[in-house]
Amino acid sequence: MTAIIQTYSSMLLGALGKTILLTTLSLVFAMVVGMIFALMNVGKNRFFNCIGTIYVDAVRGVPLIVLAYFIFFGVPQGIKSLGFQNFRLTALQAGTIALAMNCGAYMAEIIRAGIESVDKGQMEASRSLGLSYGKSMQKVVLPQAIRTMIPSIINQFIITLKDTSILSVIGFPELTNIGKTISGNTFKSLQTWAIVGLMYMVVIVTLSRVAKRIERRMSRGR
Amino acid sequence: MEDNKKKVHVKNLKKNFGKLEVLKDISIDISEGEVVVLLGPSGSGKSTFLRCLNQLETATAGTIIVDGTDVTDKHTDINKLRENIGMVFQHFNLFPHMTVLENIMLAPVELKKMTKEQARETGMKLLKRVGMDAKSDAYPSQISGGQKQRVAIARALAMNPDIMLFDEPTSALDPEMVGEVLAVMKELASEGMTMIIVTHEIGFAREVSDRIVFMDAGYIVEQGTPEEIINHPKEERTIDFLNKVL
Repeated sequence: MTAIIQTYSSMLLGALGKTILLTTLSLVFAMVVGMIFALMNVGKNRFFNCIGTIYVDAVRGVPLIVLAYFIFFGVPQGIKSLGFQNFRLTALQAGTIALAMNCGAYMAEIIRAGIESVDKGQMEASRSLGLSYGKSMQKVVLPQAIRTMIPSIINQFIITLKDTSILSVIGFPELTNIGKTISGNTFKSLQTWAIVGLMYMVVIVTLSRVAKRIERRMSRGR
Repeated sequence: MEDNKKKVHVKNLKKNFGKLEVLKDISIDISEGEVVVLLGPSGSGKSTFLRCLNQLETATAGTIIVDGTDVTDKHTDINKLRENIGMVFQHFNLFPHMTVLENIMLAPVELKKMTKEQARETGMKLLKRVGMDAKSDAYPSQISGGQKQRVAIARALAMNPDIMLFDEPTSALDPEMVGEVLAVMKELASEGMTMIIVTHEIGFAREVSDRIVFMDAGYIVEQGTPEEIINHPKEERTIDFLNKVL
């Protein structure tokens, strides 16, 4: 085990860095995607409601690995056939898109539930003062919704971090992919996967501890 | 036109919720500075009527003209209109993530009516007026129900409205806190504010209102001075209702 750590430590840490990079990028985009579709879903416009529902259903109905294959292999092929011969997606780009789409759908549901948990009277009071729907959302409803959303959002962060391992199938050199390489080179599967598993665990446990602390601090405020 | 001089002019207002007809045919004119109390059993449409005036509910049919502006017209800037109509809710609906003062400052600052400093100054003045200036930095969860409602009144006054709507402002309060809220409303009435109030406080209605409107089942059954309605009601349903609540 120490032999593996000694030989491959820089490779493993680099891969962990890639995992965290992919997670962070995906989450940032997922927040944006989630917010957009959540707002579509809570609004009164039937057309937007419909789009929001279709998106959430479609993405939640497709396994992430299929979505990743579709975006990494399928989409570039489609675009090339339209005449854009130079179009290509890197594994990082495709991976980020797939994860952001996937996580975004779940995020949309979390944000929607958060918004709906805020008493209707809050929006009414704000509108009665002359504030627009958007301003009321931004200043009155969302700040309250975020409080109830935080635990679920953090949970989703952790799920997304773990889901990055699925993207090893499109060749992105994240932790699981590098684990495969190392165990293939050394034939020491037991040790390699124990180390890889441990590395995920340390990051995730740290993350959830920090999350707990934030959560506690926020609930103490009121 | 005579109708346009009225502060509020409502003609043949109807409101349905799906198949349920809540307001069947409401017509009423309210003058500037008038204090009107809406009485009636629950489900009679009082609150719905009030909420139609500032379009928290959209009217199904009929005309509503407030300050010469047609409320039901699609081209009316409803946000602009609402700045002029303050509303106080049964459950206060203060913003829990803001301090008392921030609650009051929100609309003037966001709607660019005032700078932060001006809004703070105005806010403190309003809080003083409702006797809540000592609690300006408290959060809504830290004050009592009566205090919340007084802050809510101050918040509704922050945009300097011409008309104030009160939707059962004391119904969610403990009995000992009703007085302090009514006192603030009474003062507001004496200053000449146009007020439309849904309440079950008959004593308050008698003392403060210029006119009492009795509603039942989506219609205005009877209206008149407090003396006429409370002491000499003519309609069967009014008599019946007053017997139950007095």
